[in-house]
Amino acid sequence: MTSSTASFDPRVLKAPHPVPGAPDNWKRFFSFNTDAKVIGIQYIATSLFFLLVGGVLAMIMRGELITPPSDLVDPTVYNGLYTMHGTVMLFLFLFPILNGFNNLLIPPMIGAPDMAFPRLNAAAFWLVPLFGVILMASFFVPGGPASTGWWSYPPASLQNPVGHLINGESLWILAVALSGISSIMGAVNFTTTILRMRAPGMGFFRMPIFCWTAAAAQTIQLVGLPALTGGAIMLLFDLCLGTTFFRPEGGGDPVLYQHFFWFYSHPAVYVMVLPVFGIFSEIFPVYARKPLFGYPVVAIASFAITGLSLIVWVHHMFYSGTPMWMRNLFMYTTMLIAVPTGIKVFAWLGTLWRGRLRLTTPMLFCLGGVFNFIFAGITGIMLATVPVDIHVGNTYFVVGHFHYVIFSTITFGVFAGIYHWFPKFTGRMPYEGLGLLHFWLTFIGSTLNFLPMHWAGLMGMPRRVASYDPEFAFANVLASLGAFLLGVATIPFLLNMVSSWSRGRRAPANPWQAIGLEWLLPSPPPAENFEENVPTVISGPYGYGLGRPLVEHEESFIARAAQPAASPTSDPA
Amino acid sequence: MSPSSPSLAPRPGPDLKAVGLVSLAAGIDTILSVKAAELSLKLLPPQASTAAPYVDGVFALEVGIGCFIFLGCCTAMAWSLLFHRADKYDMDDGAPIEGNLRLEIIWTVIPLVIVMAIATYSFRVNDILATLGPKVKLMPGEAPQLLTAEGEYGPVDVIARQWSWEFIYPNGVRSSELHLPLDERTHFRLQSEDVIHGFFIPAFRLKQDLVPGSVISYSLTPTIEGVYRLRDSQFSGGYFAANQTDVVVESREAFDGWLADSARQPLRPSYNPADELHQLRLRKGDRGWATVPPAPPPLVNASQDPSRPHDA
Repeated sequence: MTSSTASFDPRVLKAPHPVPGAPDNWKRFFSFNTDAKVIGIQYIATSLFFLLVGGVLAMIMRGELITPPSDLVDPTVYNGLYTMHGTVMLFLFLFPILNGFNNLLIPPMIGAPDMAFPRLNAAAFWLVPLFGVILMASFFVPGGPASTGWWSYPPASLQNPVGHLINGESLWILAVALSGISSIMGAVNFTTTILRMRAPGMGFFRMPIFCWTAAAAQTIQLVGLPALTGGAIMLLFDLCLGTTFFRPEGGGDPVLYQHFFWFYSHPAVYVMVLPVFGIFSEIFPVYARKPLFGYPVVAIASFAITGLSLIVWVHHMFYSGTPMWMRNLFMYTTMLIAVPTGIKVFAWLGTLWRGRLRLTTPMLFCLGGVFNFIFAGITGIMLATVPVDIHVGNTYFVVGHFHYVIFSTITFGVFAGIYHWFPKFTGRMPYEGLGLLHFWLTFIGSTLNFLPMHWAGLMGMPRRVASYDPEFAFANVLASLGAFLLGVATIPFLLNMVSSWSRGRRAPANPWQAIGLEWLLPSPPPAENFEENVPTVISGPYGYGLGRPLVEHEESFIARAAQPAASPTSDPA
Repeated sequence: MSPSSPSLAPRPGPDLKAVGLVSLAAGIDTILSVKAAELSLKLLPPQASTAAPYVDGVFALEVGIGCFIFLGCCTAMAWSLLFHRADKYDMDDGAPIEGNLRLEIIWTVIPLVIVMAIATYSFRVNDILATLGPKVKLMPGEAPQLLTAEGEYGPVDVIARQWSWEFIYPNGVRSSELHLPLDERTHFRLQSEDVIHGFFIPAFRLKQDLVPGSVISYSLTPTIEGVYRLRDSQFSGGYFAANQTDVVVESREAFDGWLADSARQPLRPSYNPADELHQLRLRKGDRGWATVPPAPPPLVNASQDPSRPHDA
């Protein structure tokens, strides 16, 4: 393909159009487009919509829990709400939004024109709104949505009080299975792209950490998701066809499902947190103006997490009648995860040390995210030890810990990534003031929301209850106020996204003075990124203060990125 | 790893000021962590079983170590934030340190040693507690078998349903609240008739799922007289939150008296909050999403008393 930068218009992303007739204006975001940058934004916009849906469900729940008795909604409605909250947030917000980051960042970061399989990529995305609609439709089927939690343990999940074949639970299983298929399609694509499409000179140890963590996370998807999808299909058979894989009255074993489920669903947390570790590792060097401390060790630690994550699942089942030898074994393997994650945390602290810190919105979200993650790691160690887990497992302590990981670490990292790469992919600068307001409201709101949950759990408040004993009231009032504050915090965020994209200041190619292949592209990047002028990488990433070029003829790439339409035919080589 | 440059040359001799500052910070951190470990016990319910002090010991140890690490990391972050900030419009780079192999080995080995030590300590506590006996799977339609009672008292059959608890004592008395003799190890046979439930008494620091299709052997020793809450900890459907009852720990004499009294009472339906909630819903016109109707309240000699306050 010949260079087409002559016709490049910086106001829009110009995508290649292997699908004939695909539009090249705003309508492209609603089309079966095969450009990874369009797909990335499709993923992110879809997930942010579902973040709002999941957030509204959460606020109704916290409204219910602001007083001890069950008075706002019926207990069965509450059960449906918390089930859908968890499912929406995991399968329709976090997994898709991180796939959005993969789509936006992996090709430019490694100098590839697009994903390895663009049509597969688009198909994987379009499954997300499809199963989103299926999941949302369950609010309107007789009997309401699934109501046995996002882990959907049988036999409770096999009880079908409405008697119809189409019920909330069957739609839930269908949506989860489709989500698994979509994620496997994505994982094949991302790992192939990272393995096969790197620019000349980019050996594994010259690859940005985000690509390392994405590869590590997607490897977990490839190994773990088949187990979850298999378990979900067996559950569907039990529910609809009368098989008894998990039904005790037919000789099945409900605990078997727990093995299937957690074999994937504990590693799933690492699928979500690993790319966020990548985002932290990308952003700290930029705003501390220092190389990432211990880059090779941080890279290897990502795959150490992948390996260990596959042998920890039984810690969710310490009180499921699991024999003591198995509890002890999985306690040791779970504890080991602290080592590679600790390496990463210490490497970030080493990166900050003697840096020249700029406290921009993305930097603050990263600092807040790491602060919260250290706390979450420590409560995670508590949950890994059998005696403590037996007391706090299935209580609000776990809910607090889990939200410190899922929201206060992962979602913080997601926000950091959005603010950091916003200028690159929209061509506009985000408003810093609104970003700072968003950060502080989110930080205060999440702390107020999730910290008191630990206390309620230590006192013995079980999770998933629609009502509780009065001694837990104070912690719950604080948590509910925090949840409402988090709802308020999304207003400056959405305002910022919409107004910056439509009328924000135009972004230069490298507004943060960052080092990385993606910052050698114009903002927004042209179709096919570097096209045929792929740079040759000559050093590792994060060369802050080292005065070494990242690629051959770096100046010519910088000059071209600064004036995208000026010299269409200049060849840097 | 990093290219040699004059600014990176090691300083001659230790920096006494830095050593002093780090030692001072470590000292303060240690004191605060020990205090936090002590205070952490106040966050927990009373220690009403033999297991509780051991569990709390592991917890306090983890709070102490965790607090030390948390404060240490946060001090390093705060130091950077306070003293390594760039001025506005200052786009200079920081010290270009790419790594330090010795440091990286140290911070790999230290967490490894800490977590393995905590795990080994917990392993020993698990051995001491020894609460969980064997789990026996039932074939469909098979009646629960007798498990060997390890305890001095029992076995007490614990039967969980949607949404009620029923306890059957060796003399045949049935109750919907659990009575236990003080300072005696009681042996239980945990069974569920429908879905998975969780046998969770926070004051005892103990929890065990009741898995349908299996009989699970379990034992515990209460150590303080009082009334404690037993909560269903594993989500069990519609009225899950209402599936709670009381555990009354009393002296052997009082316990024997209660057993004898109860044996003289006729069987009658127990107080059942889930059933009450369901009746209320039906009266309102059943506008919630579908739910499994609650099992009939168990027929018991002694019912739980909703008006009695609980200690924890």
